[in-house]
Amino acid sequence: MTPAALLVALTLLSVGAFWIGKSRSLALVGGSRGVRNLHSLPGHYGLMTALWCALPALAVIAVWLMAQDAIIVRLVTDQLPETVRNLSENDLSLVLNDMRNLVAGNVPATSVSAAVQAASAEYIHLRGISRMALTVLVAVLAVGGVIMIRARITPQLRARNGVERVTEWLLLGCSTIAVFTTIGIVASVAFEAFRFFAIISPIDFLFGTSWSPQMAIRADQVGSSGSFGAVPLFAGTALISFIAMSIAVPIGLFSAIYLAEYAHPNFRTWAKPLLEVLAGVPTVVYGFFAALTIGPALRGWGEGIGLNVASESALAAGFVMGIMIIPFVSSLADDMISAVPQSLRDGAYALGATRSETIKQVVLRAALPGIVGGVLLAVSRAIGETMIVVMAAGLAANLTANPLEAVTTVTVQIVTLLVGDQEFDSPKTLAAFALGLVLFLVTLALNVLALHIVRKYREQYE
Amino acid sequence: MSNTNKARRTPAETQAIVERSLRRRYWAERRFRMYGFAAVTAGMAFLVYLFFVIFSNGIGAFQQTQVRLSIYYDPQVIDPSGNRNPDDLQAADYQALIRAALKAKFPEVEGRAATRELTRLVSGSGAFDLQKRVTADPSVIDTTEVRWLLASDAVDLFMKGHIDRKLPEAERPIGDSQVGWIDKLRDEGALALKFNKTFVTGGDSREPENAGIWGAVVGSFYMLLLTLLLSFPIGVATAIYLEEFARRNRWTDLIEVNINNLAAVPSIVFGLLGLAVFIGFFGLPRSAPLVGAMVLTLLTLPTIIIASRAALKAVPPSIREAALGMGASKIQTVAHHVLPLAMPGMLTGTIIGMARALGESAPLLMIGMVAFIVDIPNGVTDAATALPVQVYLWSDSPERGFVEKTSGAIIVLLAFLVVMNTTAVILRKRFERRW
Repeated sequence: MTPAALLVALTLLSVGAFWIGKSRSLALVGGSRGVRNLHSLPGHYGLMTALWCALPALAVIAVWLMAQDAIIVRLVTDQLPETVRNLSENDLSLVLNDMRNLVAGNVPATSVSAAVQAASAEYIHLRGISRMALTVLVAVLAVGGVIMIRARITPQLRARNGVERVTEWLLLGCSTIAVFTTIGIVASVAFEAFRFFAIISPIDFLFGTSWSPQMAIRADQVGSSGSFGAVPLFAGTALISFIAMSIAVPIGLFSAIYLAEYAHPNFRTWAKPLLEVLAGVPTVVYGFFAALTIGPALRGWGEGIGLNVASESALAAGFVMGIMIIPFVSSLADDMISAVPQSLRDGAYALGATRSETIKQVVLRAALPGIVGGVLLAVSRAIGETMIVVMAAGLAANLTANPLEAVTTVTVQIVTLLVGDQEFDSPKTLAAFALGLVLFLVTLALNVLALHIVRKYREQYE
Repeated sequence: MSNTNKARRTPAETQAIVERSLRRRYWAERRFRMYGFAAVTAGMAFLVYLFFVIFSNGIGAFQQTQVRLSIYYDPQVIDPSGNRNPDDLQAADYQALIRAALKAKFPEVEGRAATRELTRLVSGSGAFDLQKRVTADPSVIDTTEVRWLLASDAVDLFMKGHIDRKLPEAERPIGDSQVGWIDKLRDEGALALKFNKTFVTGGDSREPENAGIWGAVVGSFYMLLLTLLLSFPIGVATAIYLEEFARRNRWTDLIEVNINNLAAVPSIVFGLLGLAVFIGFFGLPRSAPLVGAMVLTLLTLPTIIIASRAALKAVPPSIREAALGMGASKIQTVAHHVLPLAMPGMLTGTIIGMARALGESAPLLMIGMVAFIVDIPNGVTDAATALPVQVYLWSDSPERGFVEKTSGAIIVLLAFLVVMNTTAVILRKRFERRW
């Protein structure tokens, strides 16, 4: 059976096991009238049987599927003709790749060599055997579990406690996924990044000013030696983020002040969600908007007043990114302004301050740490934003502070380096992971800092 | 106070000073208020302009220029042997039928070059259309049928007014003679804008007139379905554990900090994780909705967990105490009483998370979902693309016709997002309960 069919079958078996357990417990005490003689509800006995049926089998399926492919490929490789087996590791992996494609039905059988055809036939044969064995094993485990537990059901058996303990462990297991995700991110990105740093020194990477990741394909090729100085990328990211923030912070902050302090409640109820729509629009839409409308428009205006604006200028990407970030700033600032106690405002009014004076000198000052935290969160969002810059910013790594020129960013380079086919051990590919590590660490630091500031501030008024 | 040696101000003078400063302060007040209003207006204006640009560009994608031709299914061309062999029917030169029909319409056209210009009015897919028609029903051979065929990309752009006929001939993709034929056909009513079925039901194509979004919609659907199946149970289970069972200790603090940080990690980093772990380490297939869904699950989990925890927190403790007092176990209390009450809030959070997952494209670029895929995917391990990625791919295409298709795809994407978010809002309004 295919794994999917096996899972369906197992689900059906567990449902059956539930009924077996439930009816067994009822039968022991002579029907539903004797339920009070049972330690747990009949359903608990059913659930316990179902868990014993499903969980061991599921564990076996998981381990089996993880190991299956590697073992079969090893066996198939051993049976390949001598000439193929003696190929270098890269060529051998190409042959195996052909075989996988043939097995998956992506390519017609006529397009590959006879050896690969034989290998894929062998692969399918072995996979069949493996699936058969797995099916038998799972069936034995599932049915065996049901038989064993059915024999152990007595009216005194504490089924509910057992089921609840398993449920709690399952809940705990789910909650660790977040931790494993973080570990996964750090481990995978850092592992590849360290392989990169084994080739290129971290000093050159962090402080070098020339970025041209194209590696020479032929030994005599000119000008493509590959240099990995990431400073232009950091500068480009900083420039675009700065432009974005100089759009988003004033507009976001003033919107928040107006909505929190001045606006009529009716206006607020529809204006606030409408502004937040800006945050819900997919970033790919902003990217398209920037590339289609804003970039050419800026170029046109620039020509009108005698400026030379690149059509993929940092200004266009930063401007549109700023629009996207407005709601992040405004809703966080709004929360912070609303959290300032009314007594502070009343105090200022009592001293004769106007509303704007109260806002400027009391409310904003009280809310400042929270607003700074919100702005930091928005900065981390701007640094990590990908689609807008991929579509609207340039690819060339210019080290410039002129917003009218094209610059590139860390995220753009990650995408350019990794989209398309790539081998895992060239420094070009690994460089993307090094950039990813920098990106992850910088945004993480910003988030931790921002959350720390926000939390510290919130405690003051609670 | 300090100027005791100077003459004291009379009350009138003081009042004048105060009035002057008041005027200034009131002006400052009004200005400040105006800045605020201007900021809100600017935000709205961006939103309106964005939607205006997308809709005005994209609405045309739902219509496509078609040409009405009376096609004679010439047996000499399709099936010279006369035995209706399916292989022969497949391989026949259907382009010749279109050429003949066009020649019949414009008998004055002579010469190879002019004929080629003429046949360029009709999309290359016209021949496939006829081929499908004949192989499905060979009895049409030797009959004449009036059919609407897709016009070529350039004709479509011209009909929609994206190509200016006043431009010099060398600068526009269609020549003067073609403009003449188009005008004649249009006056006859044989060239018209019709609903673009290909766009809504087709897969991707290199030709703008044949490109459709259905493949991307199906890919997105598989991905969202799997994401939902994975992230909802895991997210809710995590929230229940943290909110109802966990004792506060180092371990739960670590989990909480992790969830908060993951919520703010750039999405592209999740793509790197997917590439390195799911594809590189576990060897799952590239470009598959399965991998996309796993990455999006990790991406949406923080959103769902945070919303679910808020929903659980909103259930008053008295409910739990009542259930426990009646002798329910902890699990029974949660499963029978707390969870049903918190469910609407959890669903709202989940829908919002799903909406975010639907619009996400950066991590999908990392795991190879940018491949050019014509076929509609049939399962979660088939190579597929997703709606936002399709937008990205089309926006990168040089043909002018794809600008319209890109905006059209964005309209479809936004429509799905609007539906999902409205559902979430209605759900929240409908089941919101104040205790």
